[in-house]
Amino acid sequence: MQKSLKIDPNKCTGCLQCEMACATKHHGTFTISRSRIKVFSFEAEGRKVPYTCTQCDEAWCLHACPVEAIRKDARTGAKYVKDDLCVGCKVCTIACPFGTVNYVAATGKVQKCDLCGGDQPACAQACPTGAITYVDADWTGLDRMRQWAGKTDTNPAAV
Amino acid sequence: MRHLILGAGPAGVTAAETLRRADRDTTITLLEGEGEVPYARMALPYLLAGRIDETGLRLRTDADHFRRLGIDLRHGRAIKVDAAARTVTLADGATLPYDRLLVATGSRPTLQRIPGIDLPGVHTCWTLADARALLARARPGTRVVQMGAGFVGCIIIQGLVHLGVDLTVLVRSGRMVSRMMDPPSSALIRRWCQAQGVTVRVDTLPERITQGDGHLDVHLPGGERLPADLYLCLVGVKPNVELLAGTGVRIEGGIQVDDTMATGVDGIYAAGDVAEHVDVVTGARLVNAIQPNAVDQGRIAALNMAGRSAASRGTFPFNILDTLGLKSSSFGAWQGVEGGEAVEVTDPARYRYLKLQFKDDRLVGANAVGLTEHIGALRGLIEGKVPLGPWKARLQANPSLLMEAWLACKLKA
Repeated sequence: MQKSLKIDPNKCTGCLQCEMACATKHHGTFTISRSRIKVFSFEAEGRKVPYTCTQCDEAWCLHACPVEAIRKDARTGAKYVKDDLCVGCKVCTIACPFGTVNYVAATGKVQKCDLCGGDQPACAQACPTGAITYVDADWTGLDRMRQWAGKTDTNPAAV
Repeated sequence: MRHLILGAGPAGVTAAETLRRADRDTTITLLEGEGEVPYARMALPYLLAGRIDETGLRLRTDADHFRRLGIDLRHGRAIKVDAAARTVTLADGATLPYDRLLVATGSRPTLQRIPGIDLPGVHTCWTLADARALLARARPGTRVVQMGAGFVGCIIIQGLVHLGVDLTVLVRSGRMVSRMMDPPSSALIRRWCQAQGVTVRVDTLPERITQGDGHLDVHLPGGERLPADLYLCLVGVKPNVELLAGTGVRIEGGIQVDDTMATGVDGIYAAGDVAEHVDVVTGARLVNAIQPNAVDQGRIAALNMAGRSAASRGTFPFNILDTLGLKSSSFGAWQGVEGGEAVEVTDPARYRYLKLQFKDDRLVGANAVGLTEHIGALRGLIEGKVPLGPWKARLQANPSLLMEAWLACKLKA
């Protein structure tokens, strides 16, 4: 059974430890704009929703890449970017309908969550509340998205 | 079952691989028309810009890939399909039989019909051979007059600047990338190019090219002459469909295909830049010449050729362009639709722009400049036809809340 990130927004306090851990792990900097996981704020509802790639089976990013720079890690199921092959064309960034592949201007390449190569992902390790965990899972990308996002709206009048 | 695939771009290569996955024993011939290892045309601008060498262009990095899959990769140019005899004739006279044929022949550049377009020194930039020729000729200070500023014209500017040429870009219409970007975003791209020292002249169409003394003279209306060492003609492309003459395959803007990529002529399918299918947002018929569409259509065609069932729900037009470092993108019906509404935010000083097109409760199109974070959410919202509910008003008030809207709307479902 492959593992995947499980996100429970109800436990997220918006502390951004996950963003700092991710940026540190992959870029050696606390600059959270470099993070591959992002905490979205829903001010009106007072909710925080951490979000990153679900490693979906459709793998739009992988199929959109013209030069095989996005591969699937057979062990973890993660779709990861091979920096040495990425030409920076950014087609994967628009092909991913979840918006989780991003261009990094500083490197001229794209980046996305790679589950930290299958070790305990840095974001899950850093999360102090258990909002992000790395668990056995067998869901589709969309199921995972739904699982993660929970209800972003707690105000019934807004539905 | 003999499967023959014409064209080894993303559509053809994906189709060949899909056929092999679907059927371990079938015969698959993949015809490559340029005498090259199958490569990504899309990556050519990065070759010009010195970011990769030719190996970095390969569609499949493993040199043994096709042999290992039992795909017979042949080089040759198909010139005639005989639908009754089920054969394809190649330029060298060889004849290949087929039971199922996929036409994934892509397109080729059109040349202006002006005197002098056949002079040496006139180039285009479509194939690897074209790129090699440009790399061999372009030196620091080489005077290049580039005719055309569509997607291809814009994306190769970086490479030309990297090579140090003295570049003048001519645009026939009043706007750069007019088929992808709206007037305000197009104007930003033009201003950006000029700020980087690239001359851009709109509403300019040369009348003729003559051979001067060791250079070309590009003659503009009104008598002005531009001296050029290279004239780069990038005015558009047309689909490679001539080989289908007499087959009964219907051709308009491209080869007409149904949801299974079948042409209606028994055994013949088409995919990629050569095929015209239905726009999933507007319902209009469309040649959607982008990599993700080629891969998708190649896969669908192959599954049907193999006797499986697969259907396209329609094609989604979207693209992202990097013009000398300025990122611009377009999604769906970026021009808007009848009875729709639009909202735009712009920060011209920072070259940032975002325009959203709505129809009723949904997003139907967008243009963006200077936006790269979570940009895929636009595809999710538009192609997914996601009902926005209260988020429509929120997006109209603050269009940058795209990702929040996507998370909130899609995930509550």
